[in-house]
Amino acid sequence: MNSMLSIENLHVSVDGKPILHGLSLDVPAGEVHAVMGPNGAGKSTLSYALAGRPGYDVTAGTVTLDGEDLLALDPSRRAAKGVFLSFQYPIEIPGVPALTFLRTAANAQRKARSEAEISAPDFLRLVRAKAAALKIDFDMLKRALNVGFSGGEKKRMEILQMAVLSPRLAILDETDSGLDIDALRIVAEGVNAMRAPERSMLVITHYQRLLDHIRPDRVHVLAGGRIVASGGPELALELERAGYDRYASAA
Amino acid sequence: MSVARAIALGDPTALPSRREEDWRWSDLRGLIRVLPPPSPPNLDPHPRGPFAGVADEEILIVNGRGPDRIDVAAGDRRFIALRFVAALDAGAHVARIAIEVGVDAQLILLESYEGEGERYVVEADLTVTLRAGARLERIVLTHDSPEGVSVSIAKVRSGPASRLAQTVLSGGARRQRIETRVDHPGSGASVRLDGLYLLADRRHSDITTEVIHDGVDGATVQLTKGVVRDQARGVFQGRIIVRPGADRTDARMGHHALVLSDRAEVDAKPELEIYADDVSCAHGNTVGALDEEALFYAEQRGIPEGEARAMLTRAFVGEVVERIEHDGAREIARAFVAEHVGARP
Repeated sequence: MNSMLSIENLHVSVDGKPILHGLSLDVPAGEVHAVMGPNGAGKSTLSYALAGRPGYDVTAGTVTLDGEDLLALDPSRRAAKGVFLSFQYPIEIPGVPALTFLRTAANAQRKARSEAEISAPDFLRLVRAKAAALKIDFDMLKRALNVGFSGGEKKRMEILQMAVLSPRLAILDETDSGLDIDALRIVAEGVNAMRAPERSMLVITHYQRLLDHIRPDRVHVLAGGRIVASGGPELALELERAGYDRYASAA
Repeated sequence: MSVARAIALGDPTALPSRREEDWRWSDLRGLIRVLPPPSPPNLDPHPRGPFAGVADEEILIVNGRGPDRIDVAAGDRRFIALRFVAALDAGAHVARIAIEVGVDAQLILLESYEGEGERYVVEADLTVTLRAGARLERIVLTHDSPEGVSVSIAKVRSGPASRLAQTVLSGGARRQRIETRVDHPGSGASVRLDGLYLLADRRHSDITTEVIHDGVDGATVQLTKGVVRDQARGVFQGRIIVRPGADRTDARMGHHALVLSDRAEVDAKPELEIYADDVSCAHGNTVGALDEEALFYAEQRGIPEGEARAMLTRAFVGEVVERIEHDGAREIARAFVAEHVGARP
């Protein structure tokens, strides 16, 4: 099978402290993989390292997207190649209306890919349609991005951005945290609507709950900075039942 | 000690020095060993000022010479570009002008400080009187040269129910000070004193304000923001004094700065001195770096680092620009920000 995202023996340190110790993972095009693990296992470190966050130092290993070395690229170049990270805690951007931010991002990505800018009417049409599907009031997009938004609104804004930017690889970092059941359903529907043969997703979560709504093709257990087990969707249910304790020794 | 006095005497030892509390961050005595010669009269044509084509009228003061009064008659409305030009041959000079806005009159004043020469030492003194119900929106834009020394001192006497709305847009100079002192009568008068300093290289900018509330029911709001990079230095000194009996005064002061390099510096001294009861006063002051988390977030969405930094910096200062009431002046302020921070892509 042809992998779209391929992570080989990844070692990552933060502030000189090793967090990931030889993590390997392959996600074929069109598949949704879940990464589950206890707190402190390195889940967020994995998502930040893939996105290229400063301070997350890759000390060994390789990451390729469509065969291309991702680690050599700065964060904005990775985004233009199609890497999207839905943040566990989306950042507030005072003074920049959500719509302006999103249009700046969309056009910056297009420019990096040597594509023409999206016209203002086309952009508005696209955003209106996607916002409606996520039950986001269009007026909210005229406000500064995430400033004063509730936890659920911020997560919906993340999915809206993902829908508009249409990435190759979507990394969802604890997307269910802070969501009530209705918001979770809306967000999950938004994610499911984006499943496509040319897109892969990495769903990072502590709890099985999200995976009732976003059904993964594969489930991986991350513990002690490595993938210690992989299996089908049934693995998530087993983890929910038995907990992560048995993997503590494996790590 | 004052710049005007030192210029009149030709004596640099009369310049304000860092030993004076009000000038501690804008030392001139230590900077200037020898004053340049007095500026000669200059009749050269001067290229269009930054407000060309925006205002209805233009008043030009070159090397300290020009009209010494602006009067707006009661009930009248005027829209004036007032240009203080230190010409190529400028040395040392003091410009003085009195401005009076009559009862219920309105003046929009777009004031520019333009340094054409290299090493000049100049002061502009403005005496402003706002009669009852008068409105003045004053935009001060500086275009000083990197080696220029420029001081502007405006003394404003506000009348009852008058309105002063001011925004200083400073790009700095070798030393630059924009000082505004307001006698606030309370009595339903309102004052907004905003400022923006965007500094690079070795430029210095000092925005100093003092508002004295001496009557009941007065309002003052202040918001100054700054961005300094390279080895630039920004100074904000804001003082609001509420005199005994000036009850029901509402005063708010904010100063917030971004320091974008290790060698840049911001010095701030917000002061509220309150001698009355029943007042509502607040101030806030922050100095920090660009939010690295916001920067990474923007980059993750595909916005390249340089563009992301410019976007976040523009957003930081945008609040000051948006408070400008006059549309044309606000556009010029946006252009000023674009010039100093980077334009929208």
